[in-house]
Amino acid sequence: MKFIEPHAHMVSRTTDDYADLATAGCVALCEPAFWAGFDRGSAEGFRDYFRQLTEYEPKRAANYGIKHFTWLCINPKESEDMALAADVLAVIPEFMDCPNVLGIGEIGLNKNSRNEVKVLEMHVDLAASHDQLILVHTPHLEDKHKGTRLILDVLKNDSRIQPERVMIDHVEEHTIGMVLDAGHWGGMTLYPESKCSPARAIDMIERFGSERLWWDAACDWGPSVPLAVPRTAVEMRKRGHDDDLIDKVIYENPQQFLGQCDRFKL
Amino acid sequence: MTRQQVLDQYFMDARHKLIDLAAFLDRVERADGDADFRLEAFREAVKKLEDKGHDRAEAVLMVFSDPTMEPIPVAQGKGACGAWPGEGAE
Repeated sequence: MKFIEPHAHMVSRTTDDYADLATAGCVALCEPAFWAGFDRGSAEGFRDYFRQLTEYEPKRAANYGIKHFTWLCINPKESEDMALAADVLAVIPEFMDCPNVLGIGEIGLNKNSRNEVKVLEMHVDLAASHDQLILVHTPHLEDKHKGTRLILDVLKNDSRIQPERVMIDHVEEHTIGMVLDAGHWGGMTLYPESKCSPARAIDMIERFGSERLWWDAACDWGPSVPLAVPRTAVEMRKRGHDDDLIDKVIYENPQQFLGQCDRFKL
Repeated sequence: MTRQQVLDQYFMDARHKLIDLAAFLDRVERADGDADFRLEAFREAVKKLEDKGHDRAEAVLMVFSDPTMEPIPVAQGKGACGAWPGEGAE
Protein backbone atom coordinates (compact mmCIF):
# COMPACT_ATOMS: atom_id res chain seq x y z
CA MET A 1 0.00 0.00 0.00
CA LYS A 2 1.19 3.53 -0.72
CA PHE A 3 -0.33 6.55 0.95
CA ILE A 4 0.01 10.28 1.47
CA GLU A 5 -0.04 11.58 5.04
CA PRO A 6 -1.66 14.97 4.42
CA HIS A 7 -1.35 16.39 7.94
CA ALA A 8 1.60 15.56 10.18
CA HIS A 9 3.50 17.77 12.62
CA MET A 10 6.85 16.09 12.13
CA VAL A 11 8.87 18.71 13.99
CA SER A 12 7.50 17.07 17.13
CA ARG A 13 8.24 13.48 16.03
CA THR A 14 11.37 11.37 16.16
CA THR A 15 13.31 10.05 13.20
CA ASP A 16 11.94 6.59 14.03
CA ASP A 17 8.51 7.86 12.99
CA TYR A 18 9.86 8.80 9.56
CA ALA A 19 11.27 5.28 9.27
CA ASP A 20 7.95 3.71 10.27
CA LEU A 21 5.98 5.92 7.85
CA ALA A 22 8.30 5.02 4.98
CA THR A 23 8.11 1.32 5.85
CA ALA A 24 4.31 1.49 5.82
CA GLY A 25 4.27 3.04 2.33
CA CYS A 26 4.15 6.80 2.95
CA VAL A 27 5.40 8.59 -0.16
CA ALA A 28 4.67 12.18 0.89
CA LEU A 29 3.55 14.09 3.92
CA CYS A 30 2.34 17.62 4.52
CA GLU A 31 3.16 19.61 7.62
CA PRO A 32 0.94 22.57 8.53
CA ALA A 33 2.30 25.28 10.78
CA PHE A 34 0.90 24.82 14.28
CA TRP A 35 1.06 25.86 17.91
CA ALA A 36 4.26 24.68 19.55
CA GLY A 37 2.65 24.04 22.95
CA PHE A 38 3.68 27.47 24.15
CA ASP A 39 3.19 30.99 22.79
CA ARG A 40 6.10 32.31 20.76
CA GLY A 41 7.33 35.71 21.84
CA SER A 42 7.73 37.42 18.48
CA ALA A 43 7.47 37.09 14.72
CA GLU A 44 11.17 36.18 14.67
CA GLY A 45 10.31 32.93 16.41
CA PHE A 46 7.93 32.18 13.53
CA ARG A 47 10.56 33.08 10.96
CA ASP A 48 12.82 30.42 12.48
CA TYR A 49 9.94 27.94 12.53
CA PHE A 50 9.11 28.63 8.87
CA ARG A 51 12.79 28.02 8.01
CA GLN A 52 12.60 24.72 9.86
CA LEU A 53 9.51 23.76 7.82
CA THR A 54 10.94 24.82 4.47
CA GLU A 55 14.65 23.98 4.84
CA TYR A 56 15.39 21.42 7.53
CA GLU A 57 12.35 19.14 7.74
CA PRO A 58 12.30 18.33 3.98
CA LYS A 59 15.86 17.03 4.32
CA ARG A 60 14.93 14.84 7.30
CA ALA A 61 12.02 13.37 5.33
CA ALA A 62 14.14 12.88 2.20
CA ASN A 63 16.46 10.61 4.17
CA TYR A 64 13.59 8.11 4.17
CA GLY A 65 12.42 8.71 0.61
CA ILE A 66 9.43 10.77 1.73
CA LYS A 67 8.57 14.07 0.04
CA HIS A 68 7.85 16.81 2.55
CA PHE A 69 5.42 19.69 1.93
CA THR A 70 4.25 22.41 4.27
CA TRP A 71 1.63 25.08 4.99
CA LEU A 72 2.29 28.44 6.66
CA CYS A 73 0.31 30.56 9.12
CA ILE A 74 0.02 31.65 12.71
CA ASN A 75 -2.13 29.02 14.41
CA PRO A 76 -5.49 30.11 15.87
CA LYS A 77 -4.23 29.26 19.36
CA GLU A 78 -1.94 32.30 19.05
CA SER A 79 -4.47 34.54 17.32
CA GLU A 80 -5.69 36.38 20.39
CA ASP A 81 -2.64 38.62 20.12
CA MET A 82 -3.57 40.74 17.07
CA ALA A 83 -0.26 42.61 16.91
CA LEU A 84 1.75 39.38 16.86
CA ALA A 85 -0.60 37.93 14.26
CA ALA A 86 -0.14 40.95 11.99
CA ASP A 87 3.65 40.71 12.33
CA VAL A 88 3.63 36.99 11.45
CA LEU A 89 1.34 37.49 8.47
CA ALA A 90 3.82 40.05 7.16
CA VAL A 91 6.58 37.41 7.33
CA ILE A 92 4.70 34.64 5.49
CA PRO A 93 5.08 36.04 1.93
CA GLU A 94 8.88 35.72 2.28
CA PHE A 95 8.39 31.92 2.28
CA MET A 96 5.54 31.50 -0.19
CA ASP A 97 7.79 30.66 -3.12
CA CYS A 98 9.73 27.96 -1.29
CA PRO A 99 9.52 24.71 -3.28
CA ASN A 100 7.61 22.75 -0.61
CA VAL A 101 5.02 25.37 0.38
CA LEU A 102 1.46 24.37 -0.55
CA GLY A 103 -0.49 27.31 0.83
CA ILE A 104 -1.89 28.90 3.98
CA GLY A 105 -2.65 26.63 6.94
CA GLU A 106 -3.65 25.35 9.30
CA ILE A 107 -5.71 28.46 9.90
CA GLY A 108 -9.13 28.52 11.52
CA LEU A 109 -10.51 28.96 15.02
CA ASN A 110 -9.78 27.54 18.46
CA LYS A 111 -12.10 29.12 21.06
CA ASN A 112 -14.19 31.03 18.49
CA SER A 113 -13.24 34.48 19.78
CA ARG A 114 -13.62 37.78 17.95
CA ASN A 115 -9.87 38.20 17.47
CA GLU A 116 -9.55 34.64 16.18
CA VAL A 117 -12.22 35.43 13.58
CA LYS A 118 -10.39 38.63 12.57
CA VAL A 119 -7.08 36.79 12.17
CA LEU A 120 -8.84 34.07 10.18
CA GLU A 121 -10.18 36.75 7.84
CA MET A 122 -6.66 38.18 7.50
CA HIS A 123 -5.30 34.74 6.56
CA VAL A 124 -8.11 34.18 4.04
CA ASP A 125 -7.31 37.54 2.49
CA LEU A 126 -3.62 36.65 2.32
CA ALA A 127 -4.42 33.33 0.64
CA ALA A 128 -6.85 34.89 -1.83
CA SER A 129 -4.54 37.72 -2.78
CA HIS A 130 -1.68 35.26 -3.45
CA ASP A 131 -3.86 32.55 -5.04
CA GLN A 132 -2.94 30.00 -2.38
CA LEU A 133 -4.65 26.78 -1.29
CA ILE A 134 -6.10 26.87 2.23
CA LEU A 135 -5.98 24.26 4.99
CA VAL A 136 -8.39 24.92 7.87
CA HIS A 137 -8.22 23.66 11.45
CA THR A 138 -11.62 23.35 13.12
CA PRO A 139 -11.85 23.74 16.90
CA HIS A 140 -11.79 20.97 19.45
CA LEU A 141 -14.64 19.23 21.23
CA GLU A 142 -17.49 21.52 22.36
CA ASP A 143 -16.25 24.36 20.17
CA LYS A 144 -16.10 22.43 16.88
CA HIS A 145 -19.68 22.73 15.63
CA LYS A 146 -19.95 26.47 16.27
CA GLY A 147 -16.43 27.10 14.99
CA THR A 148 -17.05 25.19 11.79
CA ARG A 149 -20.16 27.27 11.10
CA LEU A 150 -18.22 30.50 11.73
CA ILE A 151 -15.37 29.36 9.48
CA LEU A 152 -17.74 28.49 6.65
CA ASP A 153 -19.29 31.95 6.96
CA VAL A 154 -15.88 33.66 6.73
CA LEU A 155 -15.01 31.64 3.61
CA LYS A 156 -18.39 32.28 2.02
CA ASN A 157 -18.11 36.00 2.66
CA ASP A 158 -14.91 36.27 0.58
CA SER A 159 -16.04 36.00 -3.04
CA ARG A 160 -12.48 35.25 -4.21
CA ILE A 161 -12.44 31.90 -2.40
CA GLN A 162 -13.10 28.84 -4.53
CA PRO A 163 -14.59 26.18 -2.22
CA GLU A 164 -12.79 23.28 -3.91
CA ARG A 165 -9.43 24.90 -3.04
CA VAL A 166 -10.16 24.75 0.70
CA MET A 167 -9.66 21.70 2.94
CA ILE A 168 -11.56 21.80 6.24
CA ASP A 169 -9.80 19.39 8.58
CA HIS A 170 -10.87 17.52 11.73
CA VAL A 171 -14.48 16.99 10.61
CA GLU A 172 -16.69 14.68 12.65
CA GLU A 173 -20.22 13.39 12.26
CA HIS A 174 -21.81 16.72 13.22
CA THR A 175 -19.72 18.85 10.83
CA ILE A 176 -18.88 16.72 7.80
CA GLY A 177 -22.22 17.35 6.07
CA MET A 178 -22.03 21.14 6.22
CA VAL A 179 -18.43 21.13 4.97
CA LEU A 180 -19.20 18.95 1.93
CA ASP A 181 -22.44 20.83 1.22
CA ALA A 182 -20.41 24.07 1.03
CA GLY A 183 -18.25 22.52 -1.70
CA HIS A 184 -15.09 22.20 0.39
CA TRP A 185 -12.93 19.15 1.05
CA GLY A 186 -13.10 17.45 4.45
CA GLY A 187 -10.36 15.80 6.49
CA MET A 188 -10.89 13.21 9.22
CA THR A 189 -8.18 13.20 11.86
CA LEU A 190 -7.48 9.83 13.45
CA TYR A 191 -6.66 10.41 17.10
CA PRO A 192 -6.64 7.80 19.86
CA GLU A 193 -8.61 9.92 22.36
CA SER A 194 -10.41 12.73 20.56
CA LYS A 195 -11.47 13.73 17.06
CA CYS A 196 -12.11 10.49 15.14
CA SER A 197 -11.48 6.77 15.57
CA PRO A 198 -10.66 4.49 12.61
CA ALA A 199 -14.07 2.81 12.85
CA ARG A 200 -15.92 6.15 12.76
CA ALA A 201 -13.76 7.40 9.88
CA ILE A 202 -14.74 4.38 7.81
CA ASP A 203 -18.38 4.83 8.86
CA MET A 204 -18.27 8.36 7.44
CA ILE A 205 -16.82 7.13 4.14
CA GLU A 206 -19.62 4.57 3.96
CA ARG A 207 -22.28 7.17 4.72
CA PHE A 208 -21.01 10.24 2.87
CA GLY A 209 -19.08 8.59 0.02
CA SER A 210 -15.41 8.95 -0.80
CA GLU A 211 -15.45 12.20 -2.79
CA ARG A 212 -13.54 15.20 -1.39
CA LEU A 213 -12.48 13.38 1.80
CA TRP A 214 -9.16 12.27 3.26
CA TRP A 215 -7.76 10.82 6.48
CA ASP A 216 -4.80 12.13 8.41
CA ALA A 217 -2.95 11.33 11.62
CA ALA A 218 -2.00 14.94 12.46
CA CYS A 219 0.72 13.34 14.57
CA ASP A 220 2.10 15.93 16.97
CA TRP A 221 3.44 16.15 20.53
CA GLY A 222 0.17 14.95 22.08
CA PRO A 223 -1.40 11.47 22.02
CA SER A 224 -1.36 10.62 18.32
CA VAL A 225 -0.34 7.72 16.10
CA PRO A 226 1.78 8.42 12.99
CA LEU A 227 0.63 5.17 11.36
CA ALA A 228 -3.07 5.84 11.94
CA VAL A 229 -3.82 6.18 8.21
CA PRO A 230 -2.42 2.81 7.07
CA ARG A 231 -3.91 1.11 10.14
CA THR A 232 -7.31 2.51 9.24
CA ALA A 233 -6.80 1.29 5.69
CA VAL A 234 -6.24 -2.21 7.09
CA GLU A 235 -9.45 -1.94 9.10
CA MET A 236 -11.27 -0.78 5.97
CA ARG A 237 -10.03 -3.87 4.18
CA LYS A 238 -11.28 -6.04 7.07
CA ARG A 239 -14.72 -4.58 6.44
CA GLY A 240 -14.54 -5.92 2.90
CA HIS A 241 -13.85 -2.70 0.99
CA ASP A 242 -11.80 -3.16 -2.16
CA ASP A 243 -8.32 -1.78 -2.69
CA ASP A 244 -9.49 0.78 -5.26
CA LEU A 245 -11.68 2.55 -2.71
CA ILE A 246 -8.97 2.42 -0.04
CA ASP A 247 -6.44 3.80 -2.51
CA LYS A 248 -8.81 6.64 -3.37
CA VAL A 249 -9.11 7.74 0.25
CA ILE A 250 -5.46 7.43 1.28
CA TYR A 251 -3.69 8.36 -1.96
CA GLU A 252 -5.77 9.63 -4.88
CA ASN A 253 -7.90 12.12 -2.93
CA PRO A 254 -5.00 13.86 -1.19
CA GLN A 255 -3.15 13.90 -4.50
CA GLN A 256 -6.16 15.48 -6.22
CA PHE A 257 -6.61 18.23 -3.65
CA LEU A 258 -2.93 18.99 -3.10
CA GLY A 259 -2.22 18.73 -6.82
CA GLN A 260 -4.10 21.99 -7.27
CA CYS A 261 -0.81 23.52 -6.14
CA ASP A 262 1.78 23.24 -8.92
CA ARG A 263 4.50 22.57 -6.37
CA PHE A 264 2.91 19.30 -5.23
CA LYS A 265 4.77 16.81 -7.40
CA LEU A 266 5.40 13.19 -6.41
CA MET B 1 -21.16 -5.67 5.86
CA THR B 2 -24.10 -7.65 7.18
CA ARG B 3 -25.39 -6.93 10.66
CA GLN B 4 -23.88 -10.23 11.75
CA GLN B 5 -20.48 -9.23 10.36
CA VAL B 6 -20.63 -5.89 12.17
CA LEU B 7 -21.33 -7.71 15.41
CA ASP B 8 -18.53 -10.18 14.77
CA GLN B 9 -16.03 -7.38 14.13
CA TYR B 10 -17.08 -4.76 16.66
CA PHE B 11 -19.19 -6.30 19.47
CA MET B 12 -16.34 -7.08 21.86
CA ASP B 13 -14.85 -3.62 21.44
CA ALA B 14 -18.22 -1.92 21.98
CA ARG B 15 -18.95 -4.16 24.99
CA HIS B 16 -15.60 -3.21 26.50
CA LYS B 17 -16.29 0.51 26.01
CA LEU B 18 -19.83 0.24 27.40
CA ILE B 19 -18.61 -1.42 30.61
CA ASP B 20 -15.96 1.30 30.93
CA LEU B 21 -18.73 3.94 30.69
CA ALA B 22 -20.74 2.16 33.37
CA ALA B 23 -17.70 1.93 35.62
CA PHE B 24 -16.98 5.62 35.05
CA LEU B 25 -20.49 6.56 36.21
CA ASP B 26 -20.13 4.25 39.23
CA ARG B 27 -16.82 5.95 40.05
CA VAL B 28 -18.40 9.39 39.84
CA GLU B 29 -21.27 8.28 42.13
CA ARG B 30 -18.83 6.88 44.70
CA ALA B 31 -16.84 10.11 44.83
CA ASP B 32 -17.58 12.96 47.24
CA GLY B 33 -18.42 16.56 46.36
CA ASP B 34 -20.42 18.27 43.65
CA ALA B 35 -20.22 17.53 39.95
CA ASP B 36 -19.92 20.25 37.32
CA PHE B 37 -21.83 20.74 34.05
CA ARG B 38 -19.92 17.96 32.33
CA LEU B 39 -21.70 15.18 34.22
CA GLU B 40 -25.14 16.52 33.32
CA ALA B 41 -24.09 16.74 29.66
CA PHE B 42 -22.72 13.23 29.84
CA ARG B 43 -26.01 11.86 31.20
CA GLU B 44 -27.92 13.68 28.43
CA ALA B 45 -25.59 12.20 25.85
CA VAL B 46 -26.05 8.67 27.21
CA LYS B 47 -29.80 9.03 26.59
CA LYS B 48 -29.05 9.50 22.88
CA LEU B 49 -27.82 5.90 22.70
CA GLU B 50 -31.48 4.82 22.86
CA ASP B 51 -32.39 6.89 19.77
CA LYS B 52 -33.60 5.09 16.65
CA GLY B 53 -31.95 5.46 13.25
CA HIS B 54 -28.27 5.99 12.47
CA ASP B 55 -27.44 9.46 13.74
CA ARG B 56 -26.54 8.66 17.34
CA ALA B 57 -22.91 9.75 17.03
CA GLU B 58 -23.99 13.12 15.66
CA ALA B 59 -26.64 13.48 18.38
CA VAL B 60 -24.11 12.76 21.13
CA LEU B 61 -21.66 15.28 19.66
CA MET B 62 -24.39 17.91 19.51
CA VAL B 63 -25.27 17.44 23.20
CA PHE B 64 -21.72 18.46 24.08
CA SER B 65 -21.56 21.34 21.56
CA ASP B 66 -21.86 25.08 22.03
CA PRO B 67 -25.17 25.93 20.31
CA THR B 68 -24.55 29.71 20.10
CA MET B 69 -23.44 31.52 16.97
CA GLU B 70 -21.76 34.76 18.11
CA PRO B 71 -17.97 34.77 18.62
CA ILE B 72 -17.01 35.08 22.29
CA PRO B 73 -15.41 38.43 23.27
CA VAL B 74 -12.02 37.01 24.28
CA ALA B 75 -10.49 33.54 24.49
CA GLN B 76 -9.63 33.06 28.18
CA GLY B 77 -7.56 29.97 27.52
CA LYS B 78 -6.64 27.59 24.76
CA GLY B 79 -8.11 24.26 25.86
CA ALA B 80 -11.53 22.65 25.52
CA CYS B 81 -13.09 20.54 28.26
CA GLY B 82 -15.46 18.42 26.16
CA ALA B 83 -18.81 19.95 27.11
CA TRP B 84 -20.32 23.40 26.77
CA PRO B 85 -20.61 25.07 30.19
CA GLY B 86 -23.49 27.34 29.17
CA GLU B 87 -23.97 30.99 28.27
CA GLY B 88 -21.75 33.37 30.22
CA ALA B 89 -19.63 30.62 31.73
CA GLU B 90 -16.70 30.98 29.31
